[in-house]
Amino acid sequence: MAHAHESNVKKIWMVFGLLSVVTIVEVALGIIKPDILHKSSFLGTSPLNWIFIILTLFKAYYIAWSFMHLEGEKKWFRRSVVWTGIFLICYLVTLLLVEGGYLFDTLSPLVRW
Amino acid sequence: MEANIAIPSDGKNTWSGGGVRPFSASYGKMMMWFFILSDALTFSGFLAAYGLTRFKFIDSWPIADEVFTHIPFIHGEYPMYYVAFMTFILIFSSVTMVLAVDAGHQMKKAKVTWYMFATIIGGLIFVGSQAWEWNTFINGSYGAVKTTDGKLLQFVKDGHQIALSDFVVGDRGDNRVTHTKKNGLWFESGEEVSKYSIAQIKASYEANPSILMRSEQINLNEKQKIIFSREKGLSELAKAELVVEGANLEVNEYGNTIFANFFFFITGFHGFHVFSGIVLNIIIFFNVILGTYEKRGHYEMVEKVGLYWHFVDLVWVFVFTFFYLV
Repeated sequence: MAHAHESNVKKIWMVFGLLSVVTIVEVALGIIKPDILHKSSFLGTSPLNWIFIILTLFKAYYIAWSFMHLEGEKKWFRRSVVWTGIFLICYLVTLLLVEGGYLFDTLSPLVRW
Repeated sequence: MEANIAIPSDGKNTWSGGGVRPFSASYGKMMMWFFILSDALTFSGFLAAYGLTRFKFIDSWPIADEVFTHIPFIHGEYPMYYVAFMTFILIFSSVTMVLAVDAGHQMKKAKVTWYMFATIIGGLIFVGSQAWEWNTFINGSYGAVKTTDGKLLQFVKDGHQIALSDFVVGDRGDNRVTHTKKNGLWFESGEEVSKYSIAQIKASYEANPSILMRSEQINLNEKQKIIFSREKGLSELAKAELVVEGANLEVNEYGNTIFANFFFFITGFHGFHVFSGIVLNIIIFFNVILGTYEKRGHYEMVEKVGLYWHFVDLVWVFVFTFFYLV
């Protein structure tokens, strides 16, 4: 309600265009899967996966900042939501993925293909 | 020390927290944000659990491109296109939602009405698409064989997976049919009998040297499933105990059981959010038409429900990445 009367229509369509382009890039990469990105490894997974994750976070940023209008909220209100969420999610994901890798190292030698 | 002071409220304002606006945000909007935060943590719990399980089975997880390959009314393999379409629908309905909020700020009732309507339609298309996706997933398209030591055997020809119906010939051999309530005691029905019997599949495999087999195991360098030699295939097939068609919570034709379980659970939970979002949108839509917010003097309810709707879109962006792309 901060900007009671000004219209953001133009900006909204721009963000839509941006999100669409990013999605198209993701889908194109997902279908083509260039070998150089897909079959190599970088920091634990393929560079292609890192591109997907970064593009996803990019989209998430625009949805939260523009569509959910976080940019217009008071700074510390915004932080109370964003920092809490990001901290807890990073914590959870780190622990669970480390554990998943450990389970693989421990259990996969016991599987006979 | 405002916290200790009772603020007079005549009941009309209780929805807005009695007029207190910490951080210049109304009570309702702030609580919607904190609800979204907690819901986001729930979803990250699911997705992180999916990540753990996937890391645990990193050498045998189903490859999404080979599982989600269908488009309605069109035959053939088109990985990704359909989910990409679903993603667009959801992003677009997010846009119409934010346009409704924008029109609400300018008190343009007619515009809010139409944008809300478009948002609801978008949501319905998305839920419908998801129902179709589930239906395709549950019915399956290839079929596979499960062995006594828990491996799932899929059939391959010229490097591509083929369906049981593509190569299995002849007769079941045991004359079994599914026992339904129609053809036995009216109160009894049995387990579904698969279309092909194990003996029939074995015979067809032996008769056709161009058919190969693979299990769930992935060659981590090639990122493809390892294909067995004919002899190895035969010895694996000797251990067959179950013909699998489609997916349920116990067994599925795509690979690890827990893969299908996560699919049902995560997309189902998200679909349920979309469904409840549509219900909220419809309620708000009628309130807009009735002029409730015109009388109230502001369209903040549209904004609050809009937050929820955008959140559903936000979650889908992550589900899309981690289920279909990565």
